[in-house]
Amino acid sequence: MAEFVMPALGADMHAGTLLQWLKQPGDTIAKGDIVAVVHTDKADVEVEVFTSGVIEKLLVKPGAELPVGTVLAVIREDGAPTPPAEAPAAPPTEAAAPHVVISPSARHLAEELGIDPASIRGSGPGGRIQRKDIEAAAREGAAAPAPSAAEPTVAPGAAAPVPAPPPPKPLVPTAAGERNAAMRRAIAAAMSRSKREIPHFYLGQTIDMSNAIAWLAQENQRRPVTERLLHGVLLLKAVALALREFPELNAVWNGDELVRRDDINVGVAISLRGGGLVAPGIHDTDRLELDELMHAFRDLVSRARSWSLRSSEMSDPTITVTSLGERGAESVFGVIFPPQVAIVGFGTMVERPWISEGQILPCPVVHASLSADHRVTDGHRASAFLAAVDRLLQEPEEL
Amino acid sequence: MTRDEIREGVLSALSDIAPEADPSTLRFDTDLRDQLDIDSMDSLNFAIGIHEQLQVDIPETDWARLYTLDEVIDYVVQKTAA
Repeated sequence: MAEFVMPALGADMHAGTLLQWLKQPGDTIAKGDIVAVVHTDKADVEVEVFTSGVIEKLLVKPGAELPVGTVLAVIREDGAPTPPAEAPAAPPTEAAAPHVVISPSARHLAEELGIDPASIRGSGPGGRIQRKDIEAAAREGAAAPAPSAAEPTVAPGAAAPVPAPPPPKPLVPTAAGERNAAMRRAIAAAMSRSKREIPHFYLGQTIDMSNAIAWLAQENQRRPVTERLLHGVLLLKAVALALREFPELNAVWNGDELVRRDDINVGVAISLRGGGLVAPGIHDTDRLELDELMHAFRDLVSRARSWSLRSSEMSDPTITVTSLGERGAESVFGVIFPPQVAIVGFGTMVERPWISEGQILPCPVVHASLSADHRVTDGHRASAFLAAVDRLLQEPEEL
Repeated sequence: MTRDEIREGVLSALSDIAPEADPSTLRFDTDLRDQLDIDSMDSLNFAIGIHEQLQVDIPETDWARLYTLDEVIDYVVQKTAA
């Protein structure tokens, strides 16, 4: 038997709230299937399973806040013998909640609109409530005039209306202010720990982006709008490829042990509308073609902003890239996300005088920075890493 | 398509990337990025939304020169009239 536990979805996470099960006892599951949704201070996360088999038992009910590592379910792995029949297991003991299968994005929209998901029939697989179901319910609600408190819905002389039951208590904080406060606390905890435990050092390098931007403009000219590339994708790919040459930066701490990772999963710092940020990862960033990477990047940003991230995206990044985009400051020096050992920052791209072959020319440039863990590497190697990123960006067609 | 239909399509595409945007308070003659927290991904998704809503593909070189909602609407009006 294998145990499915409350995952650690970042260094700042010590506990999570089980929001819902997406599988039931007896269901067959394959590695990578999403089996539950967990609420953390930063996001609602769809949690994948890393074992194939059959769900044997669910041990907790939605609504329970549980420490990381708590066993949530038992899985009978593929090939394991079926256990002898036994008396039905006692039901999970935590406080029950209505069994509503709903995507995180839909849950947040329902909260914002004040709609009770239990009153909606989902159109997704297995009756799962999707964002569009909430939107439809909101439209229907808007079309039907809401009863006014001053105008009771019963006819004069009829029995007094029975008060509607109060809406079910939400499992987690729902007000935007509460969510933002929780997120700020989570960010503060992770960044404080990082600054306390990691001896940071910082390097910066200005990179000539002429070749990259010219190539990108030409490339996008021939592409339909749906397939356009952003220059951020070139930056991500250049970082991922440079990491192959500097594997010590593609590593995570496991307690006191440094684990170099073979897979390169670049985390992307994504700012959320209304404040806060998350840094989920793109798996195997170095192996993706630019088209694939752009698709993954766009999908990740979209899901991050609609609260639909997956657990492996939160737990697997091996380095983080933060980019200030088109209108930010010229430089950014990031704070390393534990247990990672480095973060790369890109400022906004600006045009600056640039000396090339003895001539001063206007040139699009971007400032790249590296914040690195001095327990793992030093200035010489870190400098060479930034030089590699620069070199790779000079040949964008090779990315 | 009428200008009003185009305006509606553009605003619909905008609401997908910036749900908090209130058309009644938006200034149509002011740089959108000064009014809303829009990054490069939002901008691309806005262009894709216009493509999906109005079947108009705005080349990147033109898109980079469109700053205000009025400019976007004028551009689409011209494109659809051509």
